[in-house]
Amino acid sequence: MTTLFYIAGAVAIIATIMVVTRSQLVHALLYLVISLFAVAVVFFTLGAPFVAALEVIVYAGAIMMVFVFAVMLLDVRAQKPPRIPGSAWAGPLALIVVLLAEVVYGITLQNHALAAGSVGPQQVSAALFGPYVLGVELASMLLLAALIGARHIAAEPMDAPAGEAGAGAASAAAGLDEAPDAPPAPEGVQG
Amino acid sequence: MATVSLNSGLILAAILFVIGFVGLITRRNLIVVLACIEIMLNAAGLAFVVAGARWGRADGQVMFLFVLAMAAAEVAVGLALAIRFRQTLGRLDIDEADEMRG
Amino acid sequence: MLHLLWLIPALPLAGFVLLTLLNRRLSRTAAAVIGAGSVGLAAIVAILVSASFMLSPPAGHHFHQVLWTWFDTGGLRPQVAFYLDAMTVVFILVITFVGFLIHLYSTEFMEHDEGFTRFFMYMNLFVASMLVLVLADNLLLLYLGWEGVGMCSYFLIAFWQKDTQNVYCGRKAFIITRIGDTAMIVGLFLLFTHYHTLEIQALMQAIAATPAGAAVVVAAAWLLLGGAVGKSAQLPLQTWLPDAMAGPTPVSALIHAATMVTAGVYLIARTFSLYTAAPDVRLAVAIIGTVTLLYAGFSALTQKDIKRSLAYSTVSQIGYMFLALGVAGWDAGIFHFMTHAFFKALLFLGAGVIIEALADEHDIFKMGGLRRELPVVFWTFTIGAASLAALPLVTAGYYSKDLIISTSLGSVDGSAWLWAGAVAGALLTGIYSFRLVFVVFFGEQHTPVTRRPRWRMQTPLVVLAVLSVIGGFVWLPDWMGGWKPVEHFLSTALPATDAGGWAFGLGEATIVEIVSLSGIGIAYLLWIRRRDATAVFAARPAPDALERYWRAGWGFDVLYEYVFVVPVKWFAHLARNDLVEPVVKGIAGVNVLAWRGLSASQNGLLRLYIAVAGAGLAVIIAVVVLR
Repeated sequence: MTTLFYIAGAVAIIATIMVVTRSQLVHALLYLVISLFAVAVVFFTLGAPFVAALEVIVYAGAIMMVFVFAVMLLDVRAQKPPRIPGSAWAGPLALIVVLLAEVVYGITLQNHALAAGSVGPQQVSAALFGPYVLGVELASMLLLAALIGARHIAAEPMDAPAGEAGAGAASAAAGLDEAPDAPPAPEGVQG
Repeated sequence: MATVSLNSGLILAAILFVIGFVGLITRRNLIVVLACIEIMLNAAGLAFVVAGARWGRADGQVMFLFVLAMAAAEVAVGLALAIRFRQTLGRLDIDEADEMRG
Repeated sequence: MLHLLWLIPALPLAGFVLLTLLNRRLSRTAAAVIGAGSVGLAAIVAILVSASFMLSPPAGHHFHQVLWTWFDTGGLRPQVAFYLDAMTVVFILVITFVGFLIHLYSTEFMEHDEGFTRFFMYMNLFVASMLVLVLADNLLLLYLGWEGVGMCSYFLIAFWQKDTQNVYCGRKAFIITRIGDTAMIVGLFLLFTHYHTLEIQALMQAIAATPAGAAVVVAAAWLLLGGAVGKSAQLPLQTWLPDAMAGPTPVSALIHAATMVTAGVYLIARTFSLYTAAPDVRLAVAIIGTVTLLYAGFSALTQKDIKRSLAYSTVSQIGYMFLALGVAGWDAGIFHFMTHAFFKALLFLGAGVIIEALADEHDIFKMGGLRRELPVVFWTFTIGAASLAALPLVTAGYYSKDLIISTSLGSVDGSAWLWAGAVAGALLTGIYSFRLVFVVFFGEQHTPVTRRPRWRMQTPLVVLAVLSVIGGFVWLPDWMGGWKPVEHFLSTALPATDAGGWAFGLGEATIVEIVSLSGIGIAYLLWIRRRDATAVFAARPAPDALERYWRAGWGFDVLYEYVFVVPVKWFAHLARNDLVEPVVKGIAGVNVLAWRGLSASQNGLLRLYIAVAGAGLAVIIAVVVLR
């Protein structure tokens, strides 16, 4: 398990670095998907299979799809985007080296082993319907707000090509709860 | 199964977070910026899960769930804004949106 | 008659006021009448007052006229009051009479100048100040006159103010005399603090009662000597007088020959008790006088400018007066002052005629052969030079200079060194004075005469020439009969010299006569007979370098420039900003810097804001983690 953890961790790190450094947008998004998969494996090695599945389904599945849809809608030209000069990384790298160093230092001040055994879906669901039920309700309201907000923001006065993006987001998050029905939009939305 | 130590998980989360952060302040393409935000949120969620696994309880995973929901909402709105951005300014370069200077 | 004393300074002062108020509306003639007339009237009053004083002397041989109390504060109560005694009589006669002659001369000399009225304005103020100086009965009033003459000297040196060089010369004169004036005022403070009065007679009595060599007396004597040295252009404050020749020639004649520069001599003679009580300072006076007369003699020998040569000559002759005072020959010093005023004013006025005649030519080597063209000037100038050189028996200068030389040895404070210096000086005087005569009036003429003097310039020359001859007959030495009414007259005011030293006889007098005649002879040899050989010799490197050195006043100007002027200028440049200014500017500068920095951070770039937030996060984590 630990070796799997380390391998998956390494893949995640490398993939994330690739996300950040690719100049082609679609390449970056694909590398992000890989990173998310690797993190799901990490979850699994930590004894959290439920969130591992969720990671794949929701994050790598739905959210990344939304990204891809957006890229498609934004009609990004396929010309060669300009390379970012190496000197642009200098400042940020210095900053994160400092940040990482002190965070790692703080982390390593003490250490514990993780609990053995995995925490399965039953336990998580019991927690969700138990003490965290209020959080669940709030999350659903949040999603509703996001849905409506996204639709309004993206809509143009004439036509609203972004209505599907809002609907896509809503459906992506609807895997948890009852799907809130999309309220009818007064202005000329697509039928 | 032999378990990972707490520190390894947290350090992994920290590394992923920091990589996302450096991408955030370096990249100029708006979609990539949003992707880096996702990376950071993912890393934060990883930290939660690791913390929950330390005690063997479900609370960490529950937190991860909420983080996920929030990330989804944020992506929705963010990409809607990206579309608007593209329509108004013609390009997806966030450096173009500097009217808040001074 | 004596009660008319106050008119003597008041008349020139009234002239000054009138000329100032009516400046633009006066015609040349009117200005001349007021200017010269006021001094002329003052001269007449002076003659009347002096005659009254001499013929029916008042009790105690002095007359005190109080006009009003100047102010009364803190125990200091100076009055505007005049004190007349024998010494004062000599001074006021010389000042008003010679002054009047010079004013008369100026009415023709300055007739083409546009500042005609302004000139007489300053000249009248000067005469008034000088008279206040000599008539003052207390040291504060004397100081008022002292400052007044210094101020007028500055104005008159810088009279042709369009040329800034003249202004610099005036400034130099003022600043250097200022150094002396400062010493003097400190001396006055000291005297007042100790004796609680500045009235001269009371002060002299109080000092006479103080034991000799007391610290306050010695200090005050040194300080007043400082003032005298500055005003009378003795070493080391002599550098201003040659440059003061930038002023018009009548100014040089009146101020820088006959009157103002003798104010130092007057001061020391007036406070003779102070110097009697401080013998070391008196010795210093004598030494200063001797060294200066030799120094200036060498410098006068090498000058090309006629006025500068006469200026150094003045410095030298005042050195003789200081020497006389230093060996307690008080009346001898005053006598030499009188004769010097006559012949030096004569020489300057003559030089002025020559300069004007040759269209503002000052270089004596560009003159020459003028004795046929300007006969009156030639004869009067020669008489003046002869008097300066102390041509035996027939000139006034002989009697006064001879008296000083004999006193330098004969007085109880005299010494052989001083005598030798004085005799050497006499030789030099003979040489340089007749150098002037021979170079200017003999030989071939290099510059044509374009303007000839008329009666107003010639009359003063003649009168002064006559005085330069007969002025000495009022004090004949013992071996000639000893008719000395002047000495008897002055003895009512000044103490007699203790003749404890050498008994002066015919032998010593002969040495002086031989010396002065040989001086004239050497001048004749060098500049008449073998003029070309002299020029060749002077052109050789070593003599030429020596000549330049002497001509530059033995390098004093250069020395003072490097020791004083350059450091002060450097420091002034360094301190040209306020001390507070950089601090205030610094505060503003820091603000501007911060503004620039903060403005740069508000550039609207989102990435930068996030990066800064991240940096802040790093700081916070560091604080938390590392604590």
